[in-house]
Amino acid sequence: MTTAHDARPLPPSDGAPPPDRVGVRRRSLIGWVLAGGTLAVAADLSVGAEPAAAAVPSPPQVPELYDLGDLQTHSALPTSQLIRIDLDEDGVAHFAIPRMEVGQGITTAAAMLIAEELDLPLDKVRVTLAKARPELVFNQLTGGSNTMQSMFTPIRVAAATAKGALLRAAATELGAQVSALVAKAGVVTGPTGTSLTYGQLATLAASAEDVAVEVSLTPRSEFSVIGTSRNREDALAAVTGRKQFTMDLEVEGALPTMVCRPPTLNGSPRSVRNEAAVRGMPGVTDVALVGTGVAVRAATFGQCIDAVRALDVDWKGGSVEGESDESVLAELKRAELPMVVPKVPILASTLDLRVEFMFRSSAALEPNCAIADVRSDRATVWAGLKAPIVAQRDIAKAVGLPVGKVEVNVVTGGGSFGHKLFGDAATEAAVISKAMGKPVKLMWHRADEPRQGRVHPMATSRVRATMLAGQVLTFEQRHTSVVTDFGHGLGERLTALVAELPANLGGLGLSQSIFTLTQELPYNFGVVTQLLNEVDTRFNTGSMRNIYSPDVACANELAVDQIAKRLGKDPYAFRMSFLKSAKAKRCLEAVAKAGGWGRSLPQGVTQGIAVHTEYKGATAVLVELDTRPETVNRKIRDAVTGPRVTKAVIAVDAGLVVNPRGLEAQMMGGVADGIALALTSSNHLEDGHFLEASWDNYFYTRQWNVPPEFRCIVMPSDEELPGGAGEAGVAASVAAVACAYARATGKVPTRFPVNHGTVSFTPKSFVPPVPESPVDGLSYVS
Amino acid sequence: MPQHTFTVNGERVTVDVADDVRLLWVLRDVLKITGPKYGCGINVCKACTSHVNGKAFNPCSVPVSDLGPDDEVTTIEGLPDTVDAELHPMQEAWLERDVAQCGYCQPGQIMAAVALVKKVRAEGRSITDADLDGIRNICRCGTYTRIREAIREGASRM
Ligand code: FES
Ligand code: FES
Repeated sequence: MTTAHDARPLPPSDGAPPPDRVGVRRRSLIGWVLAGGTLAVAADLSVGAEPAAAAVPSPPQVPELYDLGDLQTHSALPTSQLIRIDLDEDGVAHFAIPRMEVGQGITTAAAMLIAEELDLPLDKVRVTLAKARPELVFNQLTGGSNTMQSMFTPIRVAAATAKGALLRAAATELGAQVSALVAKAGVVTGPTGTSLTYGQLATLAASAEDVAVEVSLTPRSEFSVIGTSRNREDALAAVTGRKQFTMDLEVEGALPTMVCRPPTLNGSPRSVRNEAAVRGMPGVTDVALVGTGVAVRAATFGQCIDAVRALDVDWKGGSVEGESDESVLAELKRAELPMVVPKVPILASTLDLRVEFMFRSSAALEPNCAIADVRSDRATVWAGLKAPIVAQRDIAKAVGLPVGKVEVNVVTGGGSFGHKLFGDAATEAAVISKAMGKPVKLMWHRADEPRQGRVHPMATSRVRATMLAGQVLTFEQRHTSVVTDFGHGLGERLTALVAELPANLGGLGLSQSIFTLTQELPYNFGVVTQLLNEVDTRFNTGSMRNIYSPDVACANELAVDQIAKRLGKDPYAFRMSFLKSAKAKRCLEAVAKAGGWGRSLPQGVTQGIAVHTEYKGATAVLVELDTRPETVNRKIRDAVTGPRVTKAVIAVDAGLVVNPRGLEAQMMGGVADGIALALTSSNHLEDGHFLEASWDNYFYTRQWNVPPEFRCIVMPSDEELPGGAGEAGVAASVAAVACAYARATGKVPTRFPVNHGTVSFTPKSFVPPVPESPVDGLSYVS
Repeated sequence: MPQHTFTVNGERVTVDVADDVRLLWVLRDVLKITGPKYGCGINVCKACTSHVNGKAFNPCSVPVSDLGPDDEVTTIEGLPDTVDAELHPMQEAWLERDVAQCGYCQPGQIMAAVALVKKVRAEGRSITDADLDGIRNICRCGTYTRIREAIREGASRM
């Protein structure tokens, strides 16, 4: 939302803070050297952010999260909003990032920033995940692809502060001027060639009190780490199996725990008919009735699964009894806002398009899980949480403890895609631990995820465009969605930033504000209106790797292809002549060139091209889709094959790029998601519950759907700040595949994913709610 | 409680656990070997892929009683030892290609890759696109392209 130091030059980096010069606007960057035994430095999280233009009105949601008393307490502490770097006697820099790593590579990128400003080798930087820090309020939320954007300057300021302190200590020690010293790769060398390592200087540079110092940052032209491709810092741990996820942690007494869940969405248990029998099953230690179902704790998860299957429960109905895809679609249709086409000349032609997007599960491969140890006077929780402060508040409320008595430890997550914005498992684990009076290691069964877990809401998008004489006069879009849950703090953060939001947001509700803030039509299409309406709060929703954009972009780009067709233009040429943003044009041109737009292809193989702008950046995707019968009808056991994307080329302009290799990885994931959203992956709602129960029902992209040819082009950028990357790859990907499919079949699909009409599996049982683990594993040995 | 004896990562182990407990839970919950991950429990996602006697299998779908004293189980933790090195060449290829994102699926992916390469070698041929298409392991982060590259790279080093 804010662009820091847009065109302003950063101060020179000669170690000493330059004096203010009259007439030169320069933002002074302040870092802190903190009191401590070894060097500790810090920077304010707001450093580098544009100050709010006007008074921030009191946002109504804030007191729930953080009340006035808390604010007064915390604002009295000079270091309340600080992020901190510690240097130890081995010369290793430690930083606990108030964000969550879920595979997007932020710990690697943060380490790169520190390595750059501190002149330290990358392997001497350790980045861990901070516990819940309530004083950070909105500053501890990983979402909206904003981590690098918001942390870029503060991390660098802290690291630069550390380097300054080390240089000053070395100057004293070596009897030299700071300006005569050279810091490189963790060593400071003086004019006579004598040198001291950072490790040796760590104690000497320590401060007895907190001191504010002015620092300058390395100018972009001198970057030697930022902008270079680096491998992930946790790669070795990942490939050796040493990387620890929540379920891999050993917490004293925290035995495996699972929940027998209701047969309908959000049902709840009335009573258990065979509690004693289940308690007596091998390995079982506890059975407890909680709001979400019946929890069992046992020596192994295998025994939990057996107990869950054995439980005989009297269930109360769910929140969407009797509802199905069709009934919810009908509800959305009724809620669609009318178009208000301005008066257009009578000869103008009109294009109408309406597309439906089914429910999709945002579950990661690591299922929802958390460890909780709730005692009478305190609670400790471990979980993958992108919004730990909100989780801490929810847990405290759920178990009746003051927030300060709840310790929330953030663990690296096995994927998130928006799923881990919510502390569902953490709160549930805490409730179960309290009910049983014992520590628990809670894991959701895979079947629980698509059936009871968060889903990306079902939505419809209507587009109406009018054209005359080769021009588009109007473009209207009405997006209608099941309500998206923003209860994880993103809403609160936006509300708090309200003074920085465009003035025309006044009076809009939260969802509408977010919609308006994220959606922009990148074309010169005359009068453009894009509106959102949301209905129905009965589902467990959240945003899956982007909020509205993949669906909105898919509908828009399909419409753009149709408009081009009506006007007799080539889809690529048409986009190039109507695109507003230079970034978007450059991306589109890059994929058209690299992907060979318009090249001759065998009958049945078609290209699709699409573009998307968001997070101040742009992406464009070109795909080739093979719809020939021999491809579509490939037979693979328990698989959905269908049309295959045989080539995908994505170009991304994400502003300043910290780690190009990491960005490419994000784009690769975005394309895989886009393919799944367009072709194969959805939940089917039938009779009040979702049919899907595992990966053999929920068809996320698999190797047999992957494009054999993939290329990512990272566009050069002059931006001074990184833009968003985690979600940027999805929207243009789903749109490009959808466009290719429409061209291949000669019909614009009206429902996504395109295979939703076929339920290509036998639904697993609802009672018991989880399938039995097979016993024939050895017959599949290969 | 019945006792079960077999070898895991070169070490002979005996566990006291009911016959029908699936091996994944014996590894993870009893022996605290956490490299093999749970992603479905029904032999679908392949996150738990490990080796039994050098071939890929999914311990979530094997009762512990199916193993005998002569059976050798290898999990990701024991993979380097099978080639007497710090890292297996497939792990090195994985690092070189910077495959892992969240990393949750990756132990299973690597174990599946090693077994696949061995299998096609035994058939006297090298990895084809069709072989790669046939890999069932899910990666919800979508690292598939790099997995394909790393397998070819790893195969050339094996
Ligand atoms: S957990 Fe074993 S295959 Fe999914
Ligand atoms: S790296 Fe996250 S599931 Fe594969």
